[in-house]
Amino acid sequence: MSLKYITKRLLYMATTLLGVSIITFVILRVIPGNPIVMMLPPQATQQDILELKAQYGLDKPIPVQYVIWLKSVARGDFGVSIHMKQDVMELVMERLPATLELVSGATAIALILGIFIGTLSVMKKGTYVDKLGSLVAVLGLSIPDFLWGLLFILFLGVFWQVLPVSGRIASTYTIETLTGFFLVDSLIKLDFRGFSSALLHMILPAFSLALPLTAIVIRVIKSSLLEVVKEDYILLARVKGLSERVVVFIHALRNALIPTTTIVGVQFGFLMGGTVLVEIIYSWPGLGKLAVTAIITRDLPLIQGVVLVLAFIFVMVNLVVDLLYTFMNPKIRYG
Amino acid sequence: MIEVYREERERFQKVKRFLSNGKVLFGGVVLLLLIFTAITAPYIAPHDPNEQDITATKTPPFWMEGGDTNHVLGTDSLGRDVFSRILYGSRVAMFVAVVGTFFAGLIGVILALLAGYYRGAVDNIISRFVDIWISFPPILLSIVLMAVLGTGLTNVALAIILVDWTRFCRVIRGEVFNIRERDFILAAKAEALGNFRIIVKEVFPNIIPLLLVLVTLEMGIAIIVEAILSFVGLSVEASIPAWGQMIALGRLYIHQAWWIMVFPMMCIIMSVLGLNLLGDGLREVLDPRLKVMGMK
Repeated sequence: MSLKYITKRLLYMATTLLGVSIITFVILRVIPGNPIVMMLPPQATQQDILELKAQYGLDKPIPVQYVIWLKSVARGDFGVSIHMKQDVMELVMERLPATLELVSGATAIALILGIFIGTLSVMKKGTYVDKLGSLVAVLGLSIPDFLWGLLFILFLGVFWQVLPVSGRIASTYTIETLTGFFLVDSLIKLDFRGFSSALLHMILPAFSLALPLTAIVIRVIKSSLLEVVKEDYILLARVKGLSERVVVFIHALRNALIPTTTIVGVQFGFLMGGTVLVEIIYSWPGLGKLAVTAIITRDLPLIQGVVLVLAFIFVMVNLVVDLLYTFMNPKIRYG
Repeated sequence: MIEVYREERERFQKVKRFLSNGKVLFGGVVLLLLIFTAITAPYIAPHDPNEQDITATKTPPFWMEGGDTNHVLGTDSLGRDVFSRILYGSRVAMFVAVVGTFFAGLIGVILALLAGYYRGAVDNIISRFVDIWISFPPILLSIVLMAVLGTGLTNVALAIILVDWTRFCRVIRGEVFNIRERDFILAAKAEALGNFRIIVKEVFPNIIPLLLVLVTLEMGIAIIVEAILSFVGLSVEASIPAWGQMIALGRLYIHQAWWIMVFPMMCIIMSVLGLNLLGDGLREVLDPRLKVMGMK
């Protein structure tokens, strides 16, 4: 992995983000429903509208607006939310940990479940265990996360009220935020009741997001395990008299994890921007919910901020996955 | 005469091969059922989907206590017949699935053929654009687009096209890359056939199996996206019954009347499941290579 390759990738990433920001900017400028008019009382005069427009820099031509915006973004200033009258970056940073915590939880669940079911299916190939695994994979892929969410709410929140279905933590708790990750914060404070409340609140939304991803992990694990077990070194391990369990878990699985890491990494990037519906359904105060509020209230600076941050995370995750892949698989050398 | 007979026989065997695959059979039946209800909804629906009966709101399905065979699947919070709304809802689902998928596929395939065949600068430009486009979170992009375009059935299809053409473009470009290296393309070039003719007559027919699989998957995705947009209130007009809208409404009454939400949910799940299995099955039948690789 050469320095040249990394530099090339970083440049590539920068131009991608530039492209994303330009497209967002243009799309948002043709949006009907003037945010300025929506902010003012109905009796406001034309003069008031013009003044406020000038205050937000919306009176200039689009390319000029873009350059001004880009300059402030370069200084780390994403502007002020029109609707919430708060710094955009501050708002985003407030919500980011909630989404990150949820997506990390979902990814962890998907990895554990997926690797377990996938490996078991290969070991018990052709039996009912294998068939059950395939069924889980097909259902996981066919039912989108928000429908899983609604099903969970119906069965585990309404019919049998076993798990909380709204918010990040019981309203009786207040967690002093240090990192913004409730699970981490409560542990630091040794607040175990707060920790368990936060954990219980996370189960259903995290599982809703995790099941489609689990299906993907099962498929990847299965297909790559079936590939790997044909290789010579697995045969050698078998000839050495190692038990089937050791062969599959230690030798074969280790290699199957390379494609799994790649795919889960990419999916993590997608999930960060795909929590919208699950956050709405579970009243989870994360970025997705913030984004939808911003879009509905036509909050241009806020939409731009959220979209750019999510795109940044997406390309960043992809870069890390690529580098990791090259690192784990020395057969591949990039120029 | 014998030639004709053999052709007939081969065609028959091909059909048999498709039908002997359980996934293709199941998915095909689901798809046919969807098309059938979408076309015949006005004739088979027992009620007008928008007819309100405030004396009979939240009537449970007929087999439950207080149920009524007049409303087999019960009524919603405004007393509208859930079964009739579901039948009509299939029209929205089919419209976005067919129109959205067709044009997303059209744009994606054309760009993929150009990028994969000409390579070099053409490929660079198209691929860069695709990379930028997929860096947008797709759900957010579709919601933003709906905010820009305004609600309505055609706009939902348009949003799906604008978001999802990249799916076709990415996958098919790779396939075109491989096909272009094959002997028959080189042979066609040696015969000095024009590029356009080679693309249409030689390359395109070879991507059809892959395209079919992508089409079935995309139809499922389009149905889901419509439901998502309905859920945030940015899909079709309120006067048009759609599954996503019914789910969003039913969620508000989840404690009193689960059936308002559950039946349209089942419809979405069954449709997407059917289309996914159809895609899976088609892949198995059309591309035996994958079976050997253990990707079953």
